[in-house]
Amino acid sequence: MATETLHAIDTHAHSHDEHEHHELGFVQKYIFSEDHKTIAKQYLISGIIWAFFGGAMSIIFRLQLGFPNMDLTWLKPVLGQWIVEGKLEKEFYLALVTMHGTIMVFFVLTAGLSGTFSNFLIPLQIGARDMASGFINMLSYWFFFVASVIMFASLFIETGPASGGWVIYPPLSALPQAMPGSGLGMTLWLSSMALFIVSQLMGGINYICTIINLRTRGMSFTKLPLTIWAFFFTAILGLLSFPVLLSAALLLIFDRSFGTSFYLSEIYIGGEALPNVGGSAILYQHLFWFLGHPEVYIVLLPALGITSEIIATNSRKPIFGYRAMIGSLMGITLLAFIVWAHHMFVTGMNPFLGSVFMFLTLIIAVPSAVKAFNYITTLWRGNIIFTPAMLFSIGLVSLFISGGLTGIILGNSALDINLHDTYFVVAHFHLVMGAASFFGLMAGVYHWFPKMFGRIMNKTAGYVHFWFTFVGVYCVFFPMHYIGLAGFPRRYYSFTALGNGRMEAFVDMNMFISIAAIITFTAQAIFTVNFIYSIFKGKRAPQNPWSSNTLEWTTPVVPGHGNWEGEIPAVYRWPYDYSKPGSTTDFIPQNVPYSATLESNFPEENEEIAKEKEIEGLLDIQNSSYNH
Amino acid sequence: MTQEHLANINLDEPEETLSMNPKKFMLWLTIVSILMMFAGWTSGYLVRKAEGRWHEFEMPIIFWYSTGILLISSIFMFFAVRAAKNNNFSTLKIAISITFVFGLGFLTTQVLGFSDLIKNQLYFAGSDVAASWLYALIGLHAAHVISGLVVLLISLISSFRFTNEKKNLTRIQLCATYWHFLDILWLYLFLFLYFNR
Repeated sequence: MATETLHAIDTHAHSHDEHEHHELGFVQKYIFSEDHKTIAKQYLISGIIWAFFGGAMSIIFRLQLGFPNMDLTWLKPVLGQWIVEGKLEKEFYLALVTMHGTIMVFFVLTAGLSGTFSNFLIPLQIGARDMASGFINMLSYWFFFVASVIMFASLFIETGPASGGWVIYPPLSALPQAMPGSGLGMTLWLSSMALFIVSQLMGGINYICTIINLRTRGMSFTKLPLTIWAFFFTAILGLLSFPVLLSAALLLIFDRSFGTSFYLSEIYIGGEALPNVGGSAILYQHLFWFLGHPEVYIVLLPALGITSEIIATNSRKPIFGYRAMIGSLMGITLLAFIVWAHHMFVTGMNPFLGSVFMFLTLIIAVPSAVKAFNYITTLWRGNIIFTPAMLFSIGLVSLFISGGLTGIILGNSALDINLHDTYFVVAHFHLVMGAASFFGLMAGVYHWFPKMFGRIMNKTAGYVHFWFTFVGVYCVFFPMHYIGLAGFPRRYYSFTALGNGRMEAFVDMNMFISIAAIITFTAQAIFTVNFIYSIFKGKRAPQNPWSSNTLEWTTPVVPGHGNWEGEIPAVYRWPYDYSKPGSTTDFIPQNVPYSATLESNFPEENEEIAKEKEIEGLLDIQNSSYNH
Repeated sequence: MTQEHLANINLDEPEETLSMNPKKFMLWLTIVSILMMFAGWTSGYLVRKAEGRWHEFEMPIIFWYSTGILLISSIFMFFAVRAAKNNNFSTLKIAISITFVFGLGFLTTQVLGFSDLIKNQLYFAGSDVAASWLYALIGLHAAHVISGLVVLLISLISSFRFTNEKKNLTRIQLCATYWHFLDILWLYLFLFLYFNR
């Protein structure tokens, strides 16, 4: 055993030397990099690019909804044949809605959010040199990249991209003759998503393995920052739910390409019966939503974790209810798997089954409320520092509450009969999942930008960006509740032919939403300019710009390969010792032992000092083998 | 804390909280994701069957033989790992070769099983949805067995090339875990199909 370890030490010291003397080539350093920080930046930038496309699509269909009589000829240079006589083609409207959903849910808020921050923060905050497998991590990004290229290519084919909604329900998606988008566009969608799932699985496996196996000395699970807990549960959700989407998609591929009838039965097209008999379209919905619902939390949990960290840091207060926060994350993770059928209340399911799923769904309000209360009580009487990241975090709490409340309404199977597939649903999930997660993403970018690029983003531009986005998001999605209650169904191209003047009464509100959406989208340019400008010309960041406790701020300003130059710091305390009574500083980083802070220790923490000797003992032995 | 424990800690890597090799851990997580995929399919099967209009089918006898063949292959995999641990390389070579051959045999019997199904007028597409499910479950398992055979072939080649390397043992252990998993997965599918025709 001992010789083996020595051998490992030798090779490691050797490879360490190599890192210092050897500069990696451009390709290895920036393109096919195995360094978690570079991969995180790759995910972030891809996510931002995708967000631009996803957002632009929503603006185009908002133009159609808000100004149905508008002459769109000026879009012809971009959209070409999709604009016919100054009007948006109906099929392309559906394609836009579908691609907006797909891009935002999977490519921006799954890959761009969890991919960026899980990769960036897990090794830095748990005290690891890198991910468990840098190679698989790199593969994960490049699978995502290929998936992106395929999805992007599908925008340019003649029949258009997939158009059956981001949920791609069969039979619409299973029959190429059903609509133009169900042809090649759907095939490309399925291939792209298959690669995307593989990418997410490789990423998730890495995150879980790293968090469990590579924590630094003293970093027990109860000392992990809440960001890491959130990424951990997100990865578990992905690991258990993405394979089920893959299995659903494979059966759909069989139906499309091999003539099976897993999801198809008794379909007539143009009066002629198709040969497919015996399938069940509802089965697809069950399989899809078994992923689809956890996916909501895959998107949201990282944002919640980021928010916990930022709110505690900028309130200069310990997070309220650390264990309750972990417990509620765990509760949400478990419940995420047993509520999927609340998306299917109107599929003709047994009302008793509906009431079971309703009951389980409403229970989610409990852990969610615990989280909301804990955020507010952390803010309560804190010395709040309103950095842009803090504003976005508080914005997330606001959106999480106002969007979550309508979840309680929609979770009721009886109320859902009225509201199903109306703009009420659109308003609900855009606030609680879309905008909230987007705010988490923005908060994370503003907060960890100094660690990523060694510079700080412009504060004033950050404030302007925040207020435009915050007010804008509410202006876009709050009125949608009323439109939904008035019975407007989602995914409709035009409302003029519906209901005797009832729909016309909402024309001005739709116009208002569209204008708000355009302003909000345009305001994102402030962020983009700030982001790019700050990478090159931003104010240089100090080592710990936010006076934060977590380990990533003990690394050099721009951490190199391996993150820490010397040994990795050991961890002695939880990450939320802000404004501790008796302490001379208002924050005590995780790597400060209790023996160094006798003036502020609680009695039970004084007992911990004995254990520190053990951790330091380990350190001495490690140091001596360094010197020898 | 004993001396051995202290010596166990690598120089600048954090203390390993789990004594499991990260690669083995990742393999287990991969197995979990494959398991979830088959859980999705088999529960889909049950949901579809519960909807009615379901034709019962006979499982071809040959699937009993293929089950036996895969079990034997798994047993030899077990011997191979034991031989690798004891540095007994000649036994390792024999055992892992037998594992591989029986793995190929399993695939062959599955294909023969498909041809039996075709003789009974049961096709992947066009005949009956129960048959489609049967083909899909068996076929998708077979696809995983092919991936298992690739892994097995790599271990086979490396155990013929290198004789004294620790890396080789880890590789064989990884391979064995995956192979046993595929065996258990087949047992599950076989019993599932047998009892849920």
